[in-house]
Amino acid sequence: MKLTGAQALIKSLEMQGVETIFGLPGGAILPVYDPLLDSPIRHILVRHEQGAGHAAEGYAQATGRPGVAMVTSGPAATNIVTAIADAYVDSIPIVVITGQVATSSIGSDAFQETDTTGITMSVTKHNWLVTSASEIPRVVAEAFHVATSGRPGPVLIDFPKDVANQVMEWYWPKRLDLPGYQPTTKGHPKMIEQAAAIIAGAERPVIYAGGGVMRAGVAGQVLELAERTGIPVVTTLMARGIIPDSHPLALGMPGMHGCYTAVTALQRADLLITLGARFDDRVTGKVDGFAPVAKVIHIDVDPAEVGKVRRADIPIVGDLRSVLPELIRRLPAEQLRIAPWIGEIRGWQQRYPLSYEPSASGRPIKPQYVVERISAAATPDTILVSGVGQHQMWASQYFRFERPNGWINSGGLGTMGFAVPAAIGAKVGRPGSTVWVIDGDGCFQMTAQELVTASAERIPIKVAILNNGYLGMVRQWQEMFYEERYSEVYLSPDLPDYVKWAEAMGGVGFRVEEESEVDPVIEKANQIHDRPVVIDFRVDTFEKVYPMVPAGSTNDEIVLPPHQRGER
Amino acid sequence: MTDRSNLVPIGGIRTPVEGRHHILSVLVENRAGVLARVALLFSRRGYNIYSLAVAPTDDERFSRLTMVVDVETASLEQITKQLHKLINVIKISEVDPSQAVEYECMLATVAAEGHNRAKVMELVELYDGEIVDVGVDQLTLMFALPPGRLDDVEAFLAEFGLVELQRTGRIALGKLPKPVRRTKRGKVS
Ligand SMILES: Cc1ncc(C[n+]2csc(CCOP(=O)(O)OP(=O)(O)O)c2C)c(N)n1
Ligand SMILES: [Mg+2]
Repeated sequence: MKLTGAQALIKSLEMQGVETIFGLPGGAILPVYDPLLDSPIRHILVRHEQGAGHAAEGYAQATGRPGVAMVTSGPAATNIVTAIADAYVDSIPIVVITGQVATSSIGSDAFQETDTTGITMSVTKHNWLVTSASEIPRVVAEAFHVATSGRPGPVLIDFPKDVANQVMEWYWPKRLDLPGYQPTTKGHPKMIEQAAAIIAGAERPVIYAGGGVMRAGVAGQVLELAERTGIPVVTTLMARGIIPDSHPLALGMPGMHGCYTAVTALQRADLLITLGARFDDRVTGKVDGFAPVAKVIHIDVDPAEVGKVRRADIPIVGDLRSVLPELIRRLPAEQLRIAPWIGEIRGWQQRYPLSYEPSASGRPIKPQYVVERISAAATPDTILVSGVGQHQMWASQYFRFERPNGWINSGGLGTMGFAVPAAIGAKVGRPGSTVWVIDGDGCFQMTAQELVTASAERIPIKVAILNNGYLGMVRQWQEMFYEERYSEVYLSPDLPDYVKWAEAMGGVGFRVEEESEVDPVIEKANQIHDRPVVIDFRVDTFEKVYPMVPAGSTNDEIVLPPHQRGER
Repeated sequence: MTDRSNLVPIGGIRTPVEGRHHILSVLVENRAGVLARVALLFSRRGYNIYSLAVAPTDDERFSRLTMVVDVETASLEQITKQLHKLINVIKISEVDPSQAVEYECMLATVAAEGHNRAKVMELVELYDGEIVDVGVDQLTLMFALPPGRLDDVEAFLAEFGLVELQRTGRIALGKLPKPVRRTKRGKVS
């Protein structure tokens, strides 16, 4: 069967089971958009290529399947770089296809030529420049394999226009020939044995679960490990929901804005059972002072993460899907005798729970309150997506996460503008779930044009803007560390008019200024199923995120909210 | 006269302190862009490459990079683990400098007038070099030597007056096992 390169590309994507592509066409990718008309693949036309990338990320996180984005060359390729970089640090499997000028023009500074493989080399797991149509099925098969196996991540296929028009004889590769790519899956049995032994003897152990646990889809095994041993679990920003927040062994989020108990449990631990986490500086604070007496078991599929930041006493390179059952199998049948440790933890939980001072009557709404109320009204299948800033931290702290894959945010890169397009991707991937966005006013303005996409494609997401009129997180740092010298952080709560914005983009807009209106408006939003909803929640400008470990400090120097200070 | 303003001062390129350098022999797929990926990885992660030699192997699908890396900048373990993550990197072996033969090649044009000329020729003789080009008052020499000895030659040549100098990256292979000498009473330790 003879196919053009463009047809072969679309057919290869179909072979990979792709159902949805997020994209926007242009000159160099034009030939590929023609056979797309005859394909069952749904194409969602975004309004900016960064949106296509984040949507693919949201789709991937909501479904566990790779997200696909397709854009043209030059400015379109550079527009999607931010999303690729975001997917790289958060290990999200996406496949990005970029158009490229004809092979004969490459290197000549042709119209809309950029060195896309060069530009994206350091933010992709791998990328390919296709130089002949006969390579297409092989490259596509390799790309999906690389994106989804081992430590997942973004890959990019750069696709020159003339290759799209070449004719090739169709085939589908029976096996992949990637001699340099063999991710380790099985952990070393001796190491697993040692890990089990050290766990059995621990007095103050903590399970430190990171985003890798989410990617591996092993929430069940983590719960089993915790319940079998009685060891408490901290869930990083990327792992919220790995064990239900309501579970007695769940300690919440550690890190710069983690809760006191999670932060302090890591500090005092004598053993960290590190699962798919990478000792990010936002978790460790000053590394030298992090968990100073703990031995470390580090289980990760990426060998380079093990020992990168913190020396591992028991390094185990392998896929959690295979290592965890092996580890659990070797553990003693009874729970550990760690009652004093659990007692100490319970004490912290009672004395220093996550809390904020409720709004006095007539005062502005507290942002945390909005998060709590959205959480309280949420159905179990709800997916929460957030932007980056104070609202992100409040979302992670005050939403009750009861199941995995219900929380999508930009962790490692901290990309403002992530939320709206990522939510679109999540909703497309899991149309049966309700998708809520908790966004900042600053973040919203960066990618809100994708509301048009949501309206046009009937993707009914719900966006709660915690409108504090500021680039709030930056404002908080200026308040605390720059003597309240506010430099370029004021946005105004009234400009733009978010209600009109929502309406102009085909959605429904609400504005809420009183606490009493919060529940009713959430209820109303939950009843709208045919178009996007935007709620402009006017929240307290002066609210700060607590607890907080100031940058460069150790986690022992955690700063509690004012109303909890002075007791320690 | 040749313009000498671009000449790298002697001492600017020296063998790194013994024990701090490691030699990595990296087998990679012979594809476009692979060298760029390796170089980018080093610069992105803040590692230093001291010298680099690249050539295809006897199997044309593969190339071998021989890299001398400065392990002050990062642990060798991190460097090799990160390198291994590159899809086109197939195999990395560390060549222990004390257990390897290491060579570099050098081309140098030196001033060689009058009585200097004989001294230069003597140096070539002493260090098994070769005169590869002859000019009226200059000579171009070639030396292939272990890096330390090449440093010595370079220093001598500077005395005569270096006009231009070019050294290659280092290549290295592990030392071969030697037969064990036996005496009547058994093995010599
Ligand atoms: C693309 C990008 N630019 C700048 C930043 C730096 N930054 C981090 S949080 C933040 C403020 C976000 O403001 P907003 O969306 O209103 O959220 P808030 O903190 O007020 O809740 C900024 C500017 C960033 N993370 N990403
Ligand atoms: Mg704000």
